[in-house]
Amino acid sequence: MSAPLLQLSDVTKSFGGIKALSGLSCEVRQGQIVGVIGPNGAGKTTLFNVITGAYRANSGDVNFDRQPITHWRPYRIARAGAVRTFQNIRLFSSMTVWEHLLVAQPGRGALWRRALPTRWADGAAIARAEEVLEFFGLKDVRNQIARSLSYGTQRKVEMARALTANPRLLLLDEPVAGMNHDEAEDIRRLMLRLRDGGLTILLIEHDMGFVMNLCDYLYVLDFGVLIAKGLPAEIQSDPIVMDAYLGKEA
Amino acid sequence: MSTYTASLLADVGILTLGALSVYVILATGQLSLGNAGFMAIGAYLASYLTVVAGVPLTSALVIAALCSGIIGVMIGFPALRLKGIFLAMATLGFGEMIRSLFLNLEITGGAGGFHGMAHVSVTYVWIWVGLILVLVWLMESSRAWLEMRAVADDETAANLIGLNTTMTKIGAFGMSAAVAAVSGGLFAHHHVYIEPGNFGFERSIDFVLAVILGGSTIGAGSLVGAALLVLLPEQLRALDDWRPAAFGALLIIVLLIRRQGILDRSLLRRFTFRKQAA
Ligand SMILES: Nc1ncnc2c1ncn2[C@@H]1O[C@H](COP(=O)(O)OP(=O)(O)OP(=O)(O)O)[C@@H](O)[C@H]1O
Ligand SMILES: [Mg+2]
Repeated sequence: MSAPLLQLSDVTKSFGGIKALSGLSCEVRQGQIVGVIGPNGAGKTTLFNVITGAYRANSGDVNFDRQPITHWRPYRIARAGAVRTFQNIRLFSSMTVWEHLLVAQPGRGALWRRALPTRWADGAAIARAEEVLEFFGLKDVRNQIARSLSYGTQRKVEMARALTANPRLLLLDEPVAGMNHDEAEDIRRLMLRLRDGGLTILLIEHDMGFVMNLCDYLYVLDFGVLIAKGLPAEIQSDPIVMDAYLGKEA
Repeated sequence: MSTYTASLLADVGILTLGALSVYVILATGQLSLGNAGFMAIGAYLASYLTVVAGVPLTSALVIAALCSGIIGVMIGFPALRLKGIFLAMATLGFGEMIRSLFLNLEITGGAGGFHGMAHVSVTYVWIWVGLILVLVWLMESSRAWLEMRAVADDETAANLIGLNTTMTKIGAFGMSAAVAAVSGGLFAHHHVYIEPGNFGFERSIDFVLAVILGGSTIGAGSLVGAALLVLLPEQLRALDDWRPAAFGALLIIVLLIRRQGILDRSLLRRFTFRKQAA
C-alpha cells in the first residue's frame, strides 16, 4: 500500500505542566475522510496546530506527502498542501466573501500577476474563486463582508477559503459547530463530493451523528492520549470510548 | 497661477506622496513614524546626483527611489520582527538616526544644508504624484494588496492559509521607502535647498496625519488629507495666533465624526455604483 499522505510519529506537545498531546502517532491515507473526536480539552485543536505549524511539537515527527514538515513555517506547510479552517472562526475582518477566495491562492501566479489588478492579469485565480463560490453556494453573498454573515455561512466561507488554495489535505476544525441539521447535512454532502474528487480530509467534530455518517476512519483522543482508532462502527461500540465520553458527562 | 499658489500646490503633491508612503505600510497594519528618514535619503541622494554627478532629474529620482527601497527592505528584515507600538518606536528611532546622519555628513553640507538644485515646476511634481497615485490605485485591486490587508486583519491566520506574511510586510516597507524617497527628491528640487531639519519627526507625523485624516483604507485618502493639511491652515489665517489651536480642534472633530478618515472604501463604492446606475 502507498505511503500515507500525513503521518505523525510519537508527537508530544505540552503547555507548562499540561500535556496536550503525549506520544501521539497516527496517519491519514490519501482519499479518505478521517475524523478526530474526543471530549473538550482532549488536544484535538492542538493536533491541528502542530500539523499546520502554528505550534511546534516538543518532540516527535510530522511527515506530509513524504516530506518532514515538523519545523516548517506555517505558510510553507499550507503551500505544500495542508490547509485548515479554525474552530474559532478567523475570517479577515475587512474583506468580502469574494476577496477571501482570491487572497488564499498564494501559490498561484507570478508576483507581477499578483501585483496587477486581478481582473486584468489573473484569470486563473478568478476562475478558481468562481468555481469554489459556486460549489459552496455562496454566490448571493459574494460582495458582503464575510464577518457580517450568519455563523453557518462564515464557516462555509472558511472552508471555501481553504479550498481555493487547491489543498491535498483539508483540515476542518469543527466545521458544523453552530449549524442546524440541514446546514450540517449540506456540508456533509459537500465533503463527500470533495472526497470523491480525490481530496483527503481530516476533521474534528463533536457531533457524533455527523462523524459516524461521514468518516472512513476515526481517532479518539482523551487528555492528549490516543485511546482508540478504527472504523466508525468499531469506535461506536468501543467500551473505552464510551467510558471517556460518559465519564466526562457524569 | 501665482508663485504662492504654485508653491502650495507643490507642497500638497509632496505631502501626498509622503502620506502614500505611510499608507502602503499601514495597509499591512503597521505604523511607521520614521518615513521622513526615507524622504531625507531620497532628497539628499537625488540632489547629490543632479548637482554633483550631473544626472538628469527623472533618472536621479528613479535611482533614489530604488536605493531607498533597498534600504527599506534591509531595515525591514530586523524591524518587522517588531509589531504595533514597538515597530512605531523603532521607525521613529530610524528617522532620527537618518536626520543626525545628514547633520554630520560633510559631503552633503552637514548642518549647513545642501543647495544648487535646479527648480522644478509644480507640473513636474504633479506628474509624479499622478503616476504614483495611479500605481497605488491599480495595486489596490490586486491580490498582492489583498495579501497586505490579510496581514493587517489577522497575520497568524494569513500565515496559516499559506501567505508569506514576512515577505508581504517587507515588500510593503520597501515600496513605502521608495515612494517617500520620490517625495524627498521632489521636495529638494522644488525648494532648491535642503537641510536635515526639513526631515524631522514633525514631517513623519504630517504624513501619518494626512493619511488618518484623509482616509487610511484607500489611496485617494492621502490626497484629500494632504490637501487639507496644507490648505486648511492657509484658510484659517484670519485667526492669527489661534490658527494651530483651531486646526487641532478641526482635526479632532473630523476624527470624532469619521474615525476611518474622510474617504473610505464604502464611500467610494457608493460613488462608483451611482455612476454605473446613471
Ligand atoms: N496556547 C495554549 N496555551 C496553553 N494551554 C493550551 C494552549 N492551547 C491548548 N492548551 C491546552 O491544551 C489542552 C488541549 O486543548 P485543545 O484546544 O487542543 O483541546 P480540544 O480537544 O480542541 O478541545 P475542544 O473540544 O474544547 O475544542 C487543553 O487543556 C488546553 O487548555
Ligand atoms: Mg478544539
